[in-house]
Amino acid sequence: MLAIKNLHVKLEEEDKVILKGVDLTVEAGKVHAIMGPNGSGKSTLSYVLSGRDGYEVTEGEASLDGEDLLDMDPEDRAAAGLFLAFQYPVEIPGVGNMTFLRTALNAQRKARGEEEMSAAEFLKFVRERAADLEISPEMLKRSVNVGFSGGEKKRNEILQMAVLAPKMCILDETDSGLDVDAMKLVADGVNALRDAGRGFLVITHYQRLLDHIKPDVVHIMADGRIIKTGGPELALEVEKNGYADLLKEAV
Amino acid sequence: MAVPARKIDMAEALLAAHSAPGGEAGWAASARAAAASRLRASGAPVRRDEYWRWTDPAALTAPAPAPAPLPEATAPVFAGVDALEVVIEDGRIVSAPEGMEGVEIATLADAMARDIHWAKELYGVLEANGQVPVSRPLAALNTAVATEGLAIRVTGKAPRPILLRGLRKSDSADAVLHHVIRLEPGAELTVLEDGGPGARVNALIEADVADDAALHLIRASGPEAERRGVWQLFARLGRESALKAFAIAAGGRLTRTEQVVELTGDDAAVHLAGACLGDGDDFTHDDTVFVIHDAERCESRQVFKKVLRGTAKGVFQGKILVKEGAQKTDGYQISQGLLLDERAEFLAKPELEIYADDVICSHGSTCGAADENALYYLRARGIPKREAESLLVLSFLGEAIEEIEDEDLAEILREQTAAWVKAGA
Repeated sequence: MLAIKNLHVKLEEEDKVILKGVDLTVEAGKVHAIMGPNGSGKSTLSYVLSGRDGYEVTEGEASLDGEDLLDMDPEDRAAAGLFLAFQYPVEIPGVGNMTFLRTALNAQRKARGEEEMSAAEFLKFVRERAADLEISPEMLKRSVNVGFSGGEKKRNEILQMAVLAPKMCILDETDSGLDVDAMKLVADGVNALRDAGRGFLVITHYQRLLDHIKPDVVHIMADGRIIKTGGPELALEVEKNGYADLLKEAV
Repeated sequence: MAVPARKIDMAEALLAAHSAPGGEAGWAASARAAAASRLRASGAPVRRDEYWRWTDPAALTAPAPAPAPLPEATAPVFAGVDALEVVIEDGRIVSAPEGMEGVEIATLADAMARDIHWAKELYGVLEANGQVPVSRPLAALNTAVATEGLAIRVTGKAPRPILLRGLRKSDSADAVLHHVIRLEPGAELTVLEDGGPGARVNALIEADVADDAALHLIRASGPEAERRGVWQLFARLGRESALKAFAIAAGGRLTRTEQVVELTGDDAAVHLAGACLGDGDDFTHDDTVFVIHDAERCESRQVFKKVLRGTAKGVFQGKILVKEGAQKTDGYQISQGLLLDERAEFLAKPELEIYADDVICSHGSTCGAADENALYYLRARGIPKREAESLLVLSFLGEAIEEIEDEDLAEILREQTAAWVKAGA
């Protein structure tokens, strides 16, 4: 589903190379996790895949179901089925959460040549999904992420994911800033979306999120490369011994 | 300092361009003569004047307006509102309404022909007060030559708004409109304005808001590429009274709104808000505001938001003057420019002058491009760039529209603004 080949990326503004040849394939129905120390390039990978400005791809490719992602505008990537749950969801004063969700959903539907959802239909659709994530109708009315707690922001990301129903979900440190209960709620939301047609790439520092969202494959990233790939046991190893041994091994 | 001869010549030319109205009462003739003297004393405005540095008044001071092609016909903004409608076509009032319960309406010509009329206490009076410390020559010109307008006296709660609908049939009509509005104690009135009343506009409202009265003024100027005009308001507020004015303009070449509000009674409140959607190479939108606190515990709010594309220019000059003794004043002012192009400009001059020691006054002014992070976030959810930008524009303007107290009217303007933004106005 998601195929990344030999991806090299540098910062546009400065001559700093961040990704130095990432190879990664996520199949439909699978959950892949990426772990790695600070500065290894995990978040950059998520930004580059979703189309954020400021990065230059110098080599390699990334595609979703065979479609070249790197050539597309961010909105086209979203319409193609890519979703990034942000590490730091953006606050947008003055734009209501509902308006935002509905505009996004209908824009994607329109881009795919599907019919737009009516206001009444949409309201019901969102309320059901919001209830599962313990998002109150009041939160839906508020401006996007404005005045939301850290946990509310992350739940709002998962709500967007549930509403937009993407093919490929990237979660960028969704566990950061969450207490145990909030993490469980978010994990339940993610698990509810797991199905045979959907792929996940879960980026995290810590193993604890992976107790709740069980990965099929775990990758360790360091210095802009995937240095090791294994099963869930690899995450446990990191939890126990840290990254130091793995890094030494990779040299 | 001597007024340059050129300014005086221009003032004479402006006065000469308008024929003197005949058959008016003595007080009216005196008011006009006094206004003409004020204009001669200050001269016509030029860019060297402090409050015209950023807005070139040339289009407003030429003896005749530049030809302005008629705008495309669109549905008036307040078409769906149940209101007492007054049609102003090419600067002339073509329908003379009778008034309604609690509201007396006369044409300005009718009021000024009468020896005894309440308008005598107002016409040119608030305008003259507002000439200090900054002269406002276009307002003096208006008082000297305006023959069209309404004299509105409100004694109770007006059952419906009055709607001033501007219509254009001519590409060269010079509309000079002067309305005097008097709200008796406890009275309430909303005045709406839509459309465009002339190829060039010099409009002026003098409003006397007595104790406990409330006046709402809402103006929506639709996309009219050639609009050039100045809209002036001189208001005086009594004890526990309120004035809420909002204006939005889409397109146009030169739109200046100049407001002078004097809070003379304790516990009065004035809220002034404005917004614009500006585009193109020849667009200037100017809000010049002067709020004078001359009583205790009064509140003033100014909220101005300008969306500027291309080389559009937004100007805000807002002053709060708190006089000695105006204790417990609560003054607030914000002006913001959203620049959607590198060449767009927003020029702001917030001023505070405070002579009382127990007051709260805050002001802020910001100017910047659309938030890149917000834009990326919206696009990452599948919202195309242009639509994402529109959402951010609407959220930016939303804060000004929120100042409108009547939720139904606010909603009309929200929807209208969304339509203008969508159409790329």
